[in-house]
Amino acid sequence: MFANFSIDFFIFGIMPYIALTVLIVGSIARYERDPFTWKSSSSQLLRRKQLILGSILFHVGIITVFFGHLLGLFTPVWVLDALGIPYAVKQWMAVLIGGIAGAVALVGATILLHRRLTDSRIRMNSSFSDIGIMVLIWLQLLIGLGTITLTLRHMDGVEMVTFMNWSQSVILLNINAWLDVANVHWLYKVHIFLGLLITILFPFTRLVHMVSGFAAPFRYLFRSGYQIVRTRRAPAARSE
Amino acid sequence: MSHLLDRLNFLRSDTVEKFSDGHGQMTRENRDWEDTYRNRWRHDKVVRSTHGVNCTGSCSWKIYVKSGIVTWETQHTDYPRTRPDLPNHEPRGCARGASYSWYLYSANRVKNPLIRGKLMKVWRKMRETKSPIEAWTAIQADPILRQGYVETRGKGGFVRATWEEATEIVAAANSYTAKTYGPDRIFGFSPIPAMSMISYAAGSRYLSLMGGVCMSFYDWYCDLPPASPMTWGEQTDVPESADWYNSGYLLLWGSNVPQTRTPDAHFYTEARYKGTKSAVVCPDYSEAAKFGDVWLPAKQGTDAALAMAFGHVILREFHLDRQAEYFEDYCRKYSDFPMLVKLEEKDGRYVPGRFLRADDLDGKLGEDNNPEWKTVALDETSGDLVAPNGSVGYRWGEEGEWNLEERAKGADTQLKMSLILEEDHDDVVGVDFPYFGGQAHEHFATGADHPDILTRNIPARKVTTAEGETLVTTVFDLFCANYGLDRGLGGDWVTSDYADEMPGTPAWASRITGVPADKIIHVAREFAQNAEDTQGKSMVILGAGINHWYHMDMNYRGIINMLVMCGCVGQSGGGWAHYVGQEKLRPQTGWLPVAFALDWHRPPRHMNSTSAWYAHTDQWRYETLEAKEILSPTAPEGDWDINLIDYNIRAERMGWLPSAPQLKTNPLEVAKAAKAAGKAIPEYVTEQLKSGELQMACEDPDDPANWPRNLFVWRSNLLGSSGKGHEYFLKHLLGTKHGVMGKDLGEEGGQLPKEAKWHEEAPRGKLDLLVTIDFRMSTTCVYSDIVLPTASWYEKDDMNTSDMHPFIHPLQAAVDPAYESKSDWEIFKAIAKKVQEVAPEILGEETDIVALPILHDTPAEIAQDQVKDWKKGECDLIPGKTAPNFIAVERDYTKIYDRFTALGPLMDKLGNGGKGISWNTQSEVDNLGDLNGRQLDGSAEGRPKMESALDACEAVLMLAPETNGEVAVKAWHALEKATGREHAHLAEGEHHNKIRFRDIAAQPRKIISSPTWSGIESEKVSYNAGYTNVHELIPWRTLTGRQQLYQDHLWMRAFGEGLMSYRPPVDLKTINKDVLDEGDSLFLNFITPHQKWGIHSTYTDNLLMLTLNRGGPVVWISEVDAQKVGIVDNDWIELYNVNGALTARAVVSQRIKEGSTFMYHAQEKIVNTPGSEKTGNRGGIHNSVTRATLKPTHMIGGYAHQAYGFNYYGTVGSNRDEYVVVRKMKNVDWLDNEATPTEAAE
Repeated sequence: MFANFSIDFFIFGIMPYIALTVLIVGSIARYERDPFTWKSSSSQLLRRKQLILGSILFHVGIITVFFGHLLGLFTPVWVLDALGIPYAVKQWMAVLIGGIAGAVALVGATILLHRRLTDSRIRMNSSFSDIGIMVLIWLQLLIGLGTITLTLRHMDGVEMVTFMNWSQSVILLNINAWLDVANVHWLYKVHIFLGLLITILFPFTRLVHMVSGFAAPFRYLFRSGYQIVRTRRAPAARSE
Repeated sequence: MSHLLDRLNFLRSDTVEKFSDGHGQMTRENRDWEDTYRNRWRHDKVVRSTHGVNCTGSCSWKIYVKSGIVTWETQHTDYPRTRPDLPNHEPRGCARGASYSWYLYSANRVKNPLIRGKLMKVWRKMRETKSPIEAWTAIQADPILRQGYVETRGKGGFVRATWEEATEIVAAANSYTAKTYGPDRIFGFSPIPAMSMISYAAGSRYLSLMGGVCMSFYDWYCDLPPASPMTWGEQTDVPESADWYNSGYLLLWGSNVPQTRTPDAHFYTEARYKGTKSAVVCPDYSEAAKFGDVWLPAKQGTDAALAMAFGHVILREFHLDRQAEYFEDYCRKYSDFPMLVKLEEKDGRYVPGRFLRADDLDGKLGEDNNPEWKTVALDETSGDLVAPNGSVGYRWGEEGEWNLEERAKGADTQLKMSLILEEDHDDVVGVDFPYFGGQAHEHFATGADHPDILTRNIPARKVTTAEGETLVTTVFDLFCANYGLDRGLGGDWVTSDYADEMPGTPAWASRITGVPADKIIHVAREFAQNAEDTQGKSMVILGAGINHWYHMDMNYRGIINMLVMCGCVGQSGGGWAHYVGQEKLRPQTGWLPVAFALDWHRPPRHMNSTSAWYAHTDQWRYETLEAKEILSPTAPEGDWDINLIDYNIRAERMGWLPSAPQLKTNPLEVAKAAKAAGKAIPEYVTEQLKSGELQMACEDPDDPANWPRNLFVWRSNLLGSSGKGHEYFLKHLLGTKHGVMGKDLGEEGGQLPKEAKWHEEAPRGKLDLLVTIDFRMSTTCVYSDIVLPTASWYEKDDMNTSDMHPFIHPLQAAVDPAYESKSDWEIFKAIAKKVQEVAPEILGEETDIVALPILHDTPAEIAQDQVKDWKKGECDLIPGKTAPNFIAVERDYTKIYDRFTALGPLMDKLGNGGKGISWNTQSEVDNLGDLNGRQLDGSAEGRPKMESALDACEAVLMLAPETNGEVAVKAWHALEKATGREHAHLAEGEHHNKIRFRDIAAQPRKIISSPTWSGIESEKVSYNAGYTNVHELIPWRTLTGRQQLYQDHLWMRAFGEGLMSYRPPVDLKTINKDVLDEGDSLFLNFITPHQKWGIHSTYTDNLLMLTLNRGGPVVWISEVDAQKVGIVDNDWIELYNVNGALTARAVVSQRIKEGSTFMYHAQEKIVNTPGSEKTGNRGGIHNSVTRATLKPTHMIGGYAHQAYGFNYYGTVGSNRDEYVVVRKMKNVDWLDNEATPTEAAE
């Protein structure tokens, strides 16, 4: 099997596991080692200009696209069948919602990227990773939108199912998963590759703030008392 | 534990219990995050230290150290308590101080000894074959080699060096200079010793052992108000800030307390809560203005007019129309008001002349000791002329009558203040007073038409003198006439109507200052009424805003006059509070021997910096102010039309001002010649000077023999901050790129000096070696040849005092000096050691000749009651009398280090003392030996050790009356001899109080009352200047022994400053057609106050402070002016005049008065400063557009209180009268080009 090792095998057969491992181990390591770097590093204090419009467009778009992909790729095919949703309809929904949300996100990302590169104050305060990840996401959005033109050529939704099978095979540890996507158009391949790359980079960039949402004080909404007092700590716990 | 796992507790309820009916809830949520914040503030130790230069705040700080690193600092709060009813001193400290720890590990810390690359290259080459001395000699002998490194000053190119190598160059250069030109060609500049007195003493002790020159700072900074020595014979003595609280009326005048006295400002707030009323005078809407009940926005530079109007109202309402009893009584006892002044006749007109002296009268009033120095008044009781106790004549040559008891010749007296009553005067005569308000330049013209001589009627009395009959009057009578007050004697230029626009009235002042007349009258009345009701508790807090003008004396004397009229000086809660660059080195008399090596050699060489820099940076060659512009129209006949440098040369020649260098010939050679001729030194020098064989160096500052050759700068940023005429420093002293755009007098065709020799071509690059010792890469460092890294203020042991509070407290090494730095004490010790190694090649035991000016507070101070120049044959040259004294000093260059590190034998032999008194200090020397240990071998064997800075601290504490109660009692006893009164009760209880370094490390300690100062430390009153004069009847150290408001020296009268008057700013003509670019039209008065984001504890390159402001140099201008030339806020602008140019961002503000511009001083050009379009050089500093200008009246010497003292009297570096062109920059060029290949190769 490894005899015919190819670039496709690496990207679609191996890289997903590398990406997931780095994502999980890397994130845990970062949280353990340096929890105070887990933040969005907002530049709003430095300059509000362009940020509000760009940021809102980008985030609304990207969140829609993100959950669209999650839902679209990881919903088992039999669920679609059971619900009786034709593949073509699902593809239409994906193209429509993804296309609009992607375009919104791209406009937002363009504004943010422009701001990050041209505003001298922001530029001075940007790290390599800040600029790099922005460029990657912008490219990814562009390519993602580009694939729509390909998708429109075959509206039967079969290719979409190919991608669903691939992603689910990866989760199910099916070693032949890569074969599913070996023959798709190169633009799709680039899109997947960038997606995996971004996943790998996730723990090392400000993207981690995506997870910060989980730490939001939701519990506050359901608290039963108004005055919150914490328990005294055990003396052992103090000596650190 | 794991952060992540600890958070994975979603399955467990957080709630442990509920309380308060379920409104409260106790949870068990993870608390580990708290440790982060706890650790943030966790530390290993806290060390007491403070900030050691520039700031007179003198706040004690806690320095926190964590893992060997200084992490932050917070204010100490353990000052000894004040008494009940008085707020405590803490909190003291400000944001500037709190940001200091940034410096320790910042990028601009100087980490290693640095040497200019070109110098290093030739030095190493020479050293391959030559000894250090030979190597330096060879470099200096080759003009190309010398020029090679001189012209690269300020252009980068430093390389790292070792301490060994760096100190070797310095030692070789110093030795070579002493041998070749004379030790007085080695200069050292360092300011404000009180803030880190041992660091200062390190350098000054080294210089004094070598015979080098210690340069003054207080006068150069223009923080010295010459009005203080003029009035009180005292440099400056002021109340501690706690005494503001005792005041009933606070007048803030040109001092921005909340901004520049931040740690003390709380007393101002607290006083306001108590109910103290406050008026604030300043041209801009300052932070202080907000505190005032009333704000008087007087136009900048016109304060004297305002003071005059205040005085006019006070005299009218409290001295003339009604005589306030307290004021009358006070003025009679404590001011020169009753003293008689001769009216001199000139062409049938009268002008005020000299004080009447006992010497003038037949029989000299029975006085045979110094009768020419005893002033005379009329005694009401007997009706006779008497020479009251306390004048300077009583101070020297006799004992027991130098006091302010109302007595003369043992009899009680009551002096008459005025001759206004019919029976007291024989005549009413017109006396001429000069009026300068009419000669104002265009920016200060008032349009009012007054002649320049105002003749006013004065009651006069006939007195028969040795020279015949003469008219006399009292100072008070002259005083009232000078303020334009009508006393019913008829005549012109006096009025009893405030609305008359006549010089002196509120209406007149209103026109000049822009302050409404009714406000002037209101404030004057309140000020005086409060003083009358409280017996003098009206106070004026005054500062740089009014002291940095050319005619600052007038501003200050105007205010002092008000205070004396109202009996405020010497009363707690009252008096003058001058706060700018003032300092109080409280253990002064203990420190002086350590600092100036008085334990080994006396006297040291001191120089007044203003005159020195004026001469050596050739600013005199560009002088635009002519003496005739400032001369009084009533001046007596005389040779007045000479250049300002000529006045200075005469002053040096007559022994008034010090000289550096002193003689044109190397004094070591002169001494040898004297020995060869078999003559005593003074005799030989006198002879040679008279014959012209010897010349004084001041007569030819541009001759290579007279250049300063080596300069040390430590604890200072001379070139980036205080160097008035910055560009002239660069051009002539350093010989590098500069921005001077004006022409010198030769090129201009101006009047050339008569006394100073003129060279067609001015020299460039006078200094052979500039050594700067600093912890940060300042502008001065950038221009130096050698930069030595010093310990920061948290890395060394030292001591700190201030006049703002009565405590002494330490600087301590919280951590060892970082990188390769060493403390100043260790650096100068290392240099001394090197000198001891390398100097013996050419120097051994040498006789040096020190030219000593006639010093204040010494018996010599009553040297010249007439002005006579020996060189013009007006008198004989008598050293120490009509000329400087010439004193032989034996030095041994093979023992410099041994002497540096031990307390020398002169303390045992000559004792210790200060300000005119002295005492035996043998027991302190013995105690110090027991405490510090004694040298076991070497040339200083058996002498008390001063190896470490700590040893030096102990020496100071042991010797000073302020920190050793036993010495205090001795000192008071010494003073008792002079005054004939008992004073020792002021220190009696403190007999066994001895403050040691470890005491002050534990807690700041309050010092002990000493006769060095005019206030006392007590549980009853706060420290206030003049307190012992008023309450102990110790005379002020002036001619009359009283607060002297009339100055009778010939030069004072010639320049129209016998009495105070309004003198508008001088026209320095800095904008002429040669320099002005077409289209530039905005000319503004250039003001350089203290800022909020730098100085006082930290500097302007501190990132934290830069972040709070605009990150680089800024200039403030008014909205109106900005609009005129299209400048908007934050624009890059350029300011220029003939002196140079600077660049900065504009801050456009309503706060600033139209016509003026503020550039907060000492903003470094090393941070965020683009190139100037005008000069092509990088930016410029605030002093790029200024130039120092001397004032002849500040040169007066040999005349009681007007005699020289280091930082006490002398020329001052004023800089407020400048005008600049302001314009928006077209191209902002950062001059960030890469070096050319040849430059890079070097």
